Amino acid sequence: MGKPILEVNNLRVSFKMYAGEVQAVRGVSFTLDKGEVLAIVGESGCGKSVTAQTIMRLIPSPPSYIKEGSSILFDGKHEISKMSESQMQNIRGNEMGMIFQDPMTSLNPTMTVGAQISEGILKHQKKSKSEAMKRASELLTLVGMSNADERLHQYPHELSGGMRQRVMIALSLACNPKLLIADEPTTALDVTIQAQIIDLLRDIQEKTETSIILITHDLGVVAEMAHKVIVMYAGKVVERGTLEDIFYNPRHPYTWGLLRSVPRLDSDKNAELDSIPGTPPDLYAPPVGCAFAARCPYAMKVCKEIDPEHFHVNDGHSAACWLNHPEAPEVEMPVGIGRGAHG
Amino acid sequence: MAEDNILEVRNLQKHFNLSNNRVLKAVDGLNFAIKRGETFGLVGESGCGKSTTGRTIIRLYEASGGQILFNGEDVQKMSGEKRKKFNRDMQMVFQDPYASLNPRMTVGKIIGEGMEIHGLYSGKEKKERISQLLRDVGLNEEHASRFPHEFSGGQRQRIGIARALAIEPQFIIADEPISALDVSVQAQVVNLFKKLQKDRGLTYLFIAHDLAMVKHISDRIGVMYLGKLVEVATSDKLNAKPLHPYTQTLLSAIPVPDPDVQKQRKRIIPQGEIPSPLNPPSGCPFRTRCPHAMDQCAATMPPFKEVEPGHYAACHLL
Repeated sequence: MGKPILEVNNLRVSFKMYAGEVQAVRGVSFTLDKGEVLAIVGESGCGKSVTAQTIMRLIPSPPSYIKEGSSILFDGKHEISKMSESQMQNIRGNEMGMIFQDPMTSLNPTMTVGAQISEGILKHQKKSKSEAMKRASELLTLVGMSNADERLHQYPHELSGGMRQRVMIALSLACNPKLLIADEPTTALDVTIQAQIIDLLRDIQEKTETSIILITHDLGVVAEMAHKVIVMYAGKVVERGTLEDIFYNPRHPYTWGLLRSVPRLDSDKNAELDSIPGTPPDLYAPPVGCAFAARCPYAMKVCKEIDPEHFHVNDGHSAACWLNHPEAPEVEMPVGIGRGAHG
Repeated sequence: MAEDNILEVRNLQKHFNLSNNRVLKAVDGLNFAIKRGETFGLVGESGCGKSTTGRTIIRLYEASGGQILFNGEDVQKMSGEKRKKFNRDMQMVFQDPYASLNPRMTVGKIIGEGMEIHGLYSGKEKKERISQLLRDVGLNEEHASRFPHEFSGGQRQRIGIARALAIEPQFIIADEPISALDVSVQAQVVNLFKKLQKDRGLTYLFIAHDLAMVKHISDRIGVMYLGKLVEVATSDKLNAKPLHPYTQTLLSAIPVPDPDVQKQRKRIIPQGEIPSPLNPPSGCPFRTRCPHAMDQCAATMPPFKEVEPGHYAACHLL
């Protein structure tokens, strides 16, 4: 797969608030190869969006701080964490694109669709206005909008949610970015429209070989699009692996819990759904030891005292859980996970 | 009306009059019945009229036409004491746990308000009831003196459920009660709904857009599209053998959290988008997106008929 497009190393991001310091991201590392789709999954507040927005340096500082020792190496040459705002402006929207969750609020209501798409093209590329508009029209066709030339002159409020998300995708692709960050791109959409948008993203990814970071809490969407997955909990990566590793051979109890709390269309109606008891920890004062220990049915004494490092499972697959230690007791993966569980 | 039906909806309509003499037919001719003690799921995409249906049944909106029979009595003709009794028997749990609790009231006051209005409990007894309810929904009695902002989304939804239960209703309308919650918390709340139903013999109308979750909690499911019911069946049947092309599309559009299954299965990717309810297509509302649409579909609305015992659908193909 060639050389990595993005290398994130020990990323730590905190917010300094009146009540103290919220440690939103507490040491996240991953690499993303060219043409790869990496999914970051986890519940609200686990730091997945902060990670993504920090890669694009979208979070204002203050209150956010990238801590000493963090590194975000983009395209082998740009150290994002040390860049100034003006340097970032040459990368943002040009070499990196972003698709936001809410297409209703993330487009400018006072600008036509064409003006919004061509804005980035005019800023980053030496093109005339009419050339930029022509490119915008091509992009709208690429994202499956009919009558592209007419659409250029429409305002966001004239479009449906699905159409706005298509505009957003066109916008993010305007300068042929090397990296696309999609933060919950389908969460606000209806399920039939979601299917259309996932199909479109997959299609574009194959055509343009863009690398994508997909942030979502929907494991179904992950299964449809991703090559690699990282699972985040309380600001840390608790498990990483290929799509197959995570779905068929997960090694972290939190991943088990996530996989089991999704109702399947063929699941037994009378059985209780498996939920993860409790709530995530307070990141003002993260617990000593494993952050998941308080909710983990398998927690041992060591879990509450020492935070586990990542244990190597196989190439590219690792989990931060003491159960993977050679001296840990054997724990069987709960039923309902693994190959064939969905019939 | 059948003896065991707690609710019967006959040709229910809710039309909103907009400016310029436009009429939005949010709900347009619904017929269904809910049996005592069951959970009836109502699914559909945004704008299909599922929430309007719930709100019309509980009389947050006045129906434009049709009948709603609750325990055999016409809800719209109720007044005075009868109306008050109806308000007690039917309660609602709302979607947004952040917006549906008064931020200036303590949890105890929120839960106790209904008891006061209906003159059920007061003083020490009321306090005890509130503590009991909080425990029943998985919170604890100390929470009564706190304010909503001190709770997480899942906990707030539990407070909303406790409020609905406070006046001992028979029937609860839950309008997207879990869609604002995280997956692991969704499962907690769904389990709570099921447990309370078992303990108290409640009947639910469960409105949601997530077919997988609705299938898990419901005994029977109604699928809505543009203000009309297109299919009603038991949840097992609906899943195993969906008859209406829209239901088939909806089921196929749900992403399956299993990469192998995902690769193998053939999906129906729906064409186009939901037409505007202000200007719905003639005949069958789904025909503009239906892979099997024929000339007849544009001409007439297919009747809602019983295709198999207990399995209703509205499609010309059947």
